[in-house]
Amino acid sequence: MSTRFKINGRVVDAKAEPDTPLLWVIRDEIGLTGTKYGCGMALCGACTVHLDGQPVRSCQTPVSAVAGKSVATVESLSRNNTHPLQVAWIQHDVPQCGYCQSGQLMSAAALLKQNRQPTDADIDAAMSGNICRCGTYPRIRAAIKSAAAAMNKA
Amino acid sequence: MTTSSPTSSPTSSARLTRRGFLQASGVAGSGLLLGVSLPGAVGDAAAAGLLHTPNAWVHIADDNTITLLSARSEMGQGVYTSMPMLIAEELNVDIRSIQVAIAPPNQKLYGNALLGGPQLTGGSTSVRDGWEKLRVAGAQVRMMLISAAAQKWNIPESQLRAENGRVLGPKGRKATYGQLAAAASKLPVPDKVVLKDPKDFRIVGKATRRLDTPAKVNGTAEFGIDVKLPGMVYASLEQCPVIGGTVKSFDASKAKAMPGVIDVVQIPDGVAIVADTWWHAKKAREGLAVVWDEGPGAALTHTAMLDSTRGGLASGKVLPLKAVGDADAEIAKASKVIRAEYTMPLLSHSPLEPMNFTAHFHDNRVDLVGPTQWQDAAAGTVAKTLGVPPENVTLRTTFLGGGFGRRIDIDFIIQAAQISKAVNKPVKLLWTREDDMTHDFYRPQSVHQLAAAIGPDGKPTAMTFRMSSQSVTGRVFGLPAEVQDPLMTEAAVAAYEVPASRHDIVKHDAGLRVGYWRSVSHALNAFANETFIDELAVSAGKDPLAYRLSLLGSQPRFATVLKLAADKAGWGTPAPAGRFRGIALMEGYDTYMAQVAEISVDKGEVTVHKVTVAADLGRMVNPDTVEAQIQSSIVFGLTAALFGEITLAQGRVEQTNFHQYRLLRLNESPAISITLVPSTEKPGGIGEPATALIGPAVGNAVFAATGKRLRKMPFTPENIASA
Repeated sequence: MSTRFKINGRVVDAKAEPDTPLLWVIRDEIGLTGTKYGCGMALCGACTVHLDGQPVRSCQTPVSAVAGKSVATVESLSRNNTHPLQVAWIQHDVPQCGYCQSGQLMSAAALLKQNRQPTDADIDAAMSGNICRCGTYPRIRAAIKSAAAAMNKA
Repeated sequence: MTTSSPTSSPTSSARLTRRGFLQASGVAGSGLLLGVSLPGAVGDAAAAGLLHTPNAWVHIADDNTITLLSARSEMGQGVYTSMPMLIAEELNVDIRSIQVAIAPPNQKLYGNALLGGPQLTGGSTSVRDGWEKLRVAGAQVRMMLISAAAQKWNIPESQLRAENGRVLGPKGRKATYGQLAAAASKLPVPDKVVLKDPKDFRIVGKATRRLDTPAKVNGTAEFGIDVKLPGMVYASLEQCPVIGGTVKSFDASKAKAMPGVIDVVQIPDGVAIVADTWWHAKKAREGLAVVWDEGPGAALTHTAMLDSTRGGLASGKVLPLKAVGDADAEIAKASKVIRAEYTMPLLSHSPLEPMNFTAHFHDNRVDLVGPTQWQDAAAGTVAKTLGVPPENVTLRTTFLGGGFGRRIDIDFIIQAAQISKAVNKPVKLLWTREDDMTHDFYRPQSVHQLAAAIGPDGKPTAMTFRMSSQSVTGRVFGLPAEVQDPLMTEAAVAAYEVPASRHDIVKHDAGLRVGYWRSVSHALNAFANETFIDELAVSAGKDPLAYRLSLLGSQPRFATVLKLAADKAGWGTPAPAGRFRGIALMEGYDTYMAQVAEISVDKGEVTVHKVTVAADLGRMVNPDTVEAQIQSSIVFGLTAALFGEITLAQGRVEQTNFHQYRLLRLNESPAISITLVPSTEKPGGIGEPATALIGPAVGNAVFAATGKRLRKMPFTPENIASA
């Protein structure tokens, strides 16, 4: 009863029960631990991944729902921190404890895929589902703008 | 491996320190010191005997890989960068070329003198405690490397200098620290060092990019939840819904039949399901039936607790803090007296990474890995609880997914160790969010009663301050009833000069376990003091800024930050339409700070648009981290001021997740403008003070907007309506 899907471009067959949240398959079965557990109720966004390019909360997505689809995690941005958002996150020193940042980055990446010139209101709308308990919000906002500018220049 | 110290001249305490470190950390064999989360191969180097430890803070490998230790946990506040910056300044190495490791438990070497000795990260103490100690550590090693070069080349030390990871001598002589480290590590650690004049600092005081950021943007940073040990199993723990309750009996037959379940074990705090995956362990809790003895906590409600806390004020069990003149007599005979009561709710810490720890009990040993703010208590208590010799407990600290004081407590670490012992396997215990929110050590409630006699000029001639709250220090460190809890007195005495005053503290146990929460009693006392002074200003018909300034006398650091924040915020000029300003001032952790909040109120909903901060925290290590910590504290404090409240019914915490315990989001977070006062004063702490000021600044702004005086947090529409 395995579930076949793609994660970060690689085909996997997950053996977890179909109702297992994608989050725990990604973390404990596939072993990609960048995606985090924060609430288990899609309230905090720490578990945000892309499903066929759209941001979803993996804690509330049963693995059965991703059969045949393509999942991308924070590890897909780049391993060597060359993605414009990673560059901007480093430039602005966004993370504090860092626990929520994978989710923040994946929400921001989904935003910039759709919208290369996000306004403050666009950023508010795209990022309000991601809680940062350390309050890195001012820097997240600034870093998204920097990354957008860099992507538009490139 | 150069681990053995010469047996001659063993009297220097510095030398004992080094030997103690080597023994405690087991450099030679276990690789225990390797709390290394950044890329690097310190572990391999240690195992291969290529790593040298001139003192407890600096490891140098033959290949010139330099590892500096942080004895404080990285929970977002930047110690992973600021602690090595202090060492690197005197060691003369490029901060970008070094690696960082978190120190192993060793209270003697790594204790926090500002907190009385424990190896504890908290109280905004890391920089203040490390300011001199870490620079001395760097300077010691620099001198030892120079001595080693002098001996090697037979050149006087005076002709050598250490620069950028190398020792340089006349005629182009040079050697890397790595080439000298083996010899240097055999030399005595110098007792006397000369530290740089601060004007010569090249690292300290300069905005420096954090060393942990790269790992935190690509998923490689290791938090406790990410730990994996060979053969590890996963645990989820059912605890009594009433904190303090115990297991009467349980039926695990259904749970044991659920997928992946390996065992179900009872420990003192509850019943643990152990399974092949965490999801299986968590799911199987649905099949677990536990009968609890709920204990005395079952009767608790937050309203009854607040009433009993208020009752504490009149109980007579008062601990005097400060008394000048006869304030009571002055108030009794005054023609104008202002009195007010302020109350604060219970709060949860809610770091985003729920409590977790990984433990491996084996061969009368325990290996612990995870996120903690208090290494020696964790290791020591696990040793005692499991009956294992203390030297048989190792602990490696991962990154902390937030601390805020919650990870000073070690309940979850003991639980993980007990479960591992019960199943004889390495176990990762991970709490759910619901476990975390309902089994916190909560920020205590408080009730303050303040009174002031007002003179003809509108200024207070006398004031009294009495605060009742629960002592966290009493629980954590076991203070006797008659001894003042120093953390309850924080910011209790405000800057304002009043001819007669009396400040009293009441330690009142309201029955629920309480913990240190970011800024501790600063948040409680500053809310009372800074709201009260605003009330006095209004009553006197004075501008809140001018009124405060008129009471500051000759206290330039207070006056400077107050005026600066007001100027930058445009105080005295009209605010944008519909917006109103409030101001607040405090000293905490040796940091002087003022904040101006600019807000609007729409149908009882407060929106904070802008916060302007001025701070004088003396010398800084990493000014960019200072700004980040102020931003962070404002969001944390604003979350509490606008939304924060934990309630209890029948002894059960009613909030279980973020839909009921709301945290501020990006779209709700204000613009924050920060001005740091250049200062040569001793360093102040910055991880917490801004947390305490945002509440009163916003509350005072709400008064300006609505005429409603908020004396009770949180500032919800209901509480504003009933104000």
